[in-house]
Amino acid sequence: MHATEALAEAGRLMTVCNSCRYCEGLCAVFPAMEMRRAFPDGDLAYLANLCHNCGACYYDCQFAPPHEFNVNVPVVLAKVRAESYARNAWPGFFSPLFARNARATSLVAVVSLALFLAGFAIVDAQGLLLVHTCPGAFYVLMSHTAMVLVFGLAFLAALAALGAGLANFWRGISEPLATLTSPAFFAEAARDAVRLRYLDGGGIGCMNEDERPTDRRALFHHLTFWGFMLCFAATCVGTFYHYVLGRAAPYPWWDLPVVLGTAGGLGLLAGTSGLLHAKFRRDPTLRDPENLGMDTAFTASLFLTALSGLALLLFRATPAMGILLALHLGIVLALFLTLPYGKFVHGLYRFAALVRYARERRALAAAAAEP
Amino acid sequence: MPDPDILIAGGGNAALCAAIAARRAGASVLVLEAAPRFYRGGNSRHTRNMRLAHDTATENLTGPYTEDEFWDDLLLVTGGQTDENLTRLMIGESKDMLGWIAEQGVRFQPSLGGTLSLGRTNSFFLGGGRAMLNTLYRTAETLGVTVRYDSEVADLDIDDGRFQSATILERGERRSISAQAFIAASGGFEANIEWLKTAWGPAAENFLIRGSPYNRGTVLRCLLDKGVAAVGDPTQCHAVAIDARAPKFDGGIITRLDCVVFGIVVNKFGKRFHDEGEDVWPKRYAIWGRLVAAQPDQIAHIIFDAPSLTLFMPSLYPPITAPTIRELAPKLDLNPDALERTLTAFNHAVRPGHFDPTTLDDCATVGLAPRKSHWACRIETPPFYAYPVRPGITFTYLGTRVNRETRLIMQSGRPSSNMFAAGEIMAGNVLGRGYAAGVGMTIGSVFGRIAGTEAARHARD
Repeated sequence: MHATEALAEAGRLMTVCNSCRYCEGLCAVFPAMEMRRAFPDGDLAYLANLCHNCGACYYDCQFAPPHEFNVNVPVVLAKVRAESYARNAWPGFFSPLFARNARATSLVAVVSLALFLAGFAIVDAQGLLLVHTCPGAFYVLMSHTAMVLVFGLAFLAALAALGAGLANFWRGISEPLATLTSPAFFAEAARDAVRLRYLDGGGIGCMNEDERPTDRRALFHHLTFWGFMLCFAATCVGTFYHYVLGRAAPYPWWDLPVVLGTAGGLGLLAGTSGLLHAKFRRDPTLRDPENLGMDTAFTASLFLTALSGLALLLFRATPAMGILLALHLGIVLALFLTLPYGKFVHGLYRFAALVRYARERRALAAAAAEP
Repeated sequence: MPDPDILIAGGGNAALCAAIAARRAGASVLVLEAAPRFYRGGNSRHTRNMRLAHDTATENLTGPYTEDEFWDDLLLVTGGQTDENLTRLMIGESKDMLGWIAEQGVRFQPSLGGTLSLGRTNSFFLGGGRAMLNTLYRTAETLGVTVRYDSEVADLDIDDGRFQSATILERGERRSISAQAFIAASGGFEANIEWLKTAWGPAAENFLIRGSPYNRGTVLRCLLDKGVAAVGDPTQCHAVAIDARAPKFDGGIITRLDCVVFGIVVNKFGKRFHDEGEDVWPKRYAIWGRLVAAQPDQIAHIIFDAPSLTLFMPSLYPPITAPTIRELAPKLDLNPDALERTLTAFNHAVRPGHFDPTTLDDCATVGLAPRKSHWACRIETPPFYAYPVRPGITFTYLGTRVNRETRLIMQSGRPSSNMFAAGEIMAGNVLGRGYAAGVGMTIGSVFGRIAGTEAARHARD
């Protein structure tokens, strides 16, 4: 009936929850559940990706363990979510990467770091350990064209894989393409996603260590997300400087790419360490040990990206620059390559689920308004 | 630990409202909850709303609900078996409760899906009863109230209507605690099957208990044995027909079945015994527990056919199903001939009408006893479905008599100098019989707050 044990358990839970409905004011999952009486696997994957794992429904539930009904929605939906990431991965033979995500991500990082170091050493073995301060100093070790080529290709590959994965997910939940391309639903989902509307325990704040709503994951997620966006903006401005203004990196500390990158890097450091800290303080009954690697590898990659980037900024005028550049580029390349095969995809699938929810909510309101 | 000013037996809504009110009035408070931490709060854990009077619509309530209307509703459901003095006091105080409870941090939301009939009268807790309890506990503990779990009040030392001390059974160890005042907020006795049997006879063996297995009535028994006046009839309780496959205790709301009005209900002999379409379901669901309790072996079966399957709220267990009535019968341990006869007679008695589940429609039977007054449609489209049902006891009404200060009244008629009660243990003062959704929580909050305030006043003097 259900493809996996986690889906079967999610189906059981949704039947329990649909008979109760006390949690319908907490988030989007329960109103979406109430629109259904049966829960095929596609719908369960949709509901699982709507869940932001705020923890409120677990502590509010009169049937949570040790009750014999054993209702633990956040953990079961987290498992279903993780399965949906793996099942929809493209190309499909990369699916197993999700199960051994921490190891896979580390391996890719180490290999790409080694390749950069080896590449630099081959290009200019002496230059690797010298001080470079002139404009274009980074490109002594690796030409700008080579960097654009390597990272551009890695980025395009990641985009293609992410797009194909998202298409698989969308087909799996059996929603027409028109929903995803509707500006109204898209805009509503974007508002919900950017505000992390459903990562707030129904308005009181999230729960992580116990039933007290003292969790700060929403704040740390905002720091991470906006840190990431600032770093992305820094890259875009740098590209503009390079090609349009003809100005080569490194830029002075007060210049826009550096300011944006520094702010973004600090945001990423604070945000990702906060998220990782919360992960390890989580109530044991809300943990999903099987997916701990997948849950942390992407966050850790972001942390290391920011850390190596800031280190490069601090020490770029010292002999450590070459090594740090290799380190930073290695980590960033690994981040790009593993984007479609790790926790990063949660953003895409959750956003897609929110788009569908925007459509369903609209349909429900229209039905209720009918005389 | 020094003895507290106020000792509270129980850990539900009434106990917590009493504890918070007493602590805010300056008293030191010890709450003794018999259950382990997860099961704290008795039946409050399973609730979802409370009925409070209000003069205007609010963000979450669709319209006014005046004191007079509230009174009329209670008069109707109890058939006049209510203490008007106390009930009018409760209704008056309930208006202030919405604000007071929100001040303690409890959050509300519009009425839940499938409960439109309560959208004007009842305030729903965001996240349900356990969310509300978690908030009250957090508030109480922040204020400095001490809470002990797995701590049952096993005995009380009462001298001439005055509480002296309580014997506590805490994780198997006995000890004695004294206090200036005692508040009994420990619920009813519905989880005490032996006690239920003294009122109901052996039939009580077949009852399912919808809520906490810890509501064993130890404190109530003790108080009644030691001179406190009783109120209410021991056989009166809130009982609904719930899925017979539900666990013996604590199955909560998800085992309820809202499909009686769409089918017929037969007993173990395959015979109908009551008008399934007497009135709209929200006004009738609470009579079916008693109806099924009166049937042999306390079992009945709701039988309906394919078109009705999605007309009611989903429930925990799937219906039992078969392509024909004759095949359905053995799955329910019913005689196929008897069930078929009942169904044929019913189908023949159905007169054509305009089926409308949202109103008292004109689909009724003619010449059938008992009649089905509304929503009577022929049960003829396979597959056929059935839910077995048993009486599910929500709470009991036999309790302690109290006055307007929630002081316990002794059998002599004199109020106790330092013992108070709130919640289900004194609900019988308001509810002689019958029930209106959300009133249990009104009783708990309003009288809990009064009990806490009065007990603190006593402790101070």
